[in-house]
Amino acid sequence: MKFLSDRALDRLRDSAEVPDLEGTPYRLLERVARGGMGVVYTAEDEKLQRRVALKILDVPGKESDLAKRLLREARVLARLEHPGIVPVHDVGTLADGRVFYAMKFVEGQRLDQYIASVDSVPDRLRLFLRICEAVGFAHARGVLHRDLKPANIMVGPFGEVLVMDWGLAKILSKDISRPARNTDPDATVFEEPKQVPAEQDTTETSAVTGHGTVMGTPGYMSPEQARGDVGKIDARSDIFSLGALLRFLLTGKPEETSAPDGTRVERSLAAICAKATAAGPARRYPNVQELALDVSRYLDGLAVGAHRESLIEKTMRFYRRYRFFILLIAAYLVMRVLILLFIHR
Amino acid sequence: MTQGDEQHGGDRFPPTRRSVIEAVRSIDAEERERALEALCAAYWKPVYKYIRLRWNRPADAAQDLTQGFFMELLERELLDKFDSKKSRLRTYLRLCVDSFVMNEDKAGRRLKRGGNVLHVALDFSSAEEELGAAVMDPAAIPSPESLEEFFEKEWVRSLFALAVEELRELCAAKERERTFLLFEAYDLDGNEKISYEQLAQEYGIPLTDVTNALAWARREFRRIALQRLREICGSEEEFQRETRAAFGWDAK
Repeated sequence: MKFLSDRALDRLRDSAEVPDLEGTPYRLLERVARGGMGVVYTAEDEKLQRRVALKILDVPGKESDLAKRLLREARVLARLEHPGIVPVHDVGTLADGRVFYAMKFVEGQRLDQYIASVDSVPDRLRLFLRICEAVGFAHARGVLHRDLKPANIMVGPFGEVLVMDWGLAKILSKDISRPARNTDPDATVFEEPKQVPAEQDTTETSAVTGHGTVMGTPGYMSPEQARGDVGKIDARSDIFSLGALLRFLLTGKPEETSAPDGTRVERSLAAICAKATAAGPARRYPNVQELALDVSRYLDGLAVGAHRESLIEKTMRFYRRYRFFILLIAAYLVMRVLILLFIHR
Repeated sequence: MTQGDEQHGGDRFPPTRRSVIEAVRSIDAEERERALEALCAAYWKPVYKYIRLRWNRPADAAQDLTQGFFMELLERELLDKFDSKKSRLRTYLRLCVDSFVMNEDKAGRRLKRGGNVLHVALDFSSAEEELGAAVMDPAAIPSPESLEEFFEKEWVRSLFALAVEELRELCAAKERERTFLLFEAYDLDGNEKISYEQLAQEYGIPLTDVTNALAWARREFRRIALQRLREICGSEEEFQRETRAAFGWDAK
């Protein structure tokens, strides 16, 4: 039997990782990234002549937990048709037994890389609102993301925001394909999320994740997720992650209260972050709509629900909001006084 | 998924064979023996090398202990106690080796083999050569703390070597000897400088023939290696875990 050197072992490992796309319409282009479940490649869809991204599991077999999770992720994505959620095109098993799905190839940057090019706070907040739209839409369809973090948000070349990696998603309702009430594509964004009691949560998601399994990313994961308290995870767990994301957009870190240059985050924004990331779910925003509404109110120069303003703060906000008119009136009054003084001289 | 499976040829994936862990507990003596042989084929070299290095035994004593260990595995039905939910098979086997060698030391006995005979040819001279090659390179000598890592690496080497051997036999059976030679030259000899073009020139064949042959050989290698892995794992979960470990996907 041939002795295999360490280098030969490495080569065999590398070549074994390359997926066998025989029998599929895809031609492998390049390896993009490795995740916990498998590898993402770019490929050319030779039938439709377009570039796609293929998420392929490492280990063959359709019955493994990972295969079930990948398949569920593909199904979740297929049912969440929203401009902020990456669409899935195809799902199947490769000739070598590995489960895969094909999705839109998103050219762009991860949020944590992109954010360096966005200086103004209002622009960052508008970006955040687009994330909220996608997450709110998913909640309206009974799907929780459960792993919202900058690395899972992509920003495309035209500023489009896409929420990626739904591998840890939890399906609250079996019938997520049913459109939400009053189906207006924009209105659905802020529908009330479907809530089901924990004991009824017997969907395949629960079977995959199981009770007591900690899934998520530290810093962005809600306390109930960190405890592995699966029964208590609901839309408010994603709201916690959104709050941490908002804080990241404002300070560069999910748990910081000041920006890297030392400037403190404005009180009303800090209050929004604090409310969204409250330890107890009951103290958080009840749904994404409320959170997004508070951020929108801040952008419009209105009082936010998360923060009770002092008289000085109210005055300052009033001044900032109507600065142009206040200055105009002040200029008019000064002119009048000057004219009166001139006439009576 | 069904549609996708048919479309993408998922039916080509081989059906799961019965695991050796199940087979070794079988009431059928023949099935038990076959299972032990499969296990022995995958593990004897790592066990031998481990005994040589961890227990610092001379070659003849290590050979005796290796054979004795696999006989003990069968006679004392040690695999019945293995629980794939609690540990990996190779960790369990390594601990069994440690305890076996210690017991043999305590008893101070010479191993006497008889009755049950292993039907796997244990080529100790090749194992010794491999070990010699490793010991020649001081960087390759494992420290006492890294012996577990060493055992794992040797297990992967043994598994891949078996898969390569089976691939060679498959190529011979399918009259694709040249395919194996190409695979050997490009993937096994570890020559960084060789290119597809050079291979095509050397064998006087078009470049596409080289790439197609290599793609086929790699696919078959992967299939065989996974099949062998599946055989020596006690559960689907363990198979998933062991595959990731063997192919180094956890470390990437």
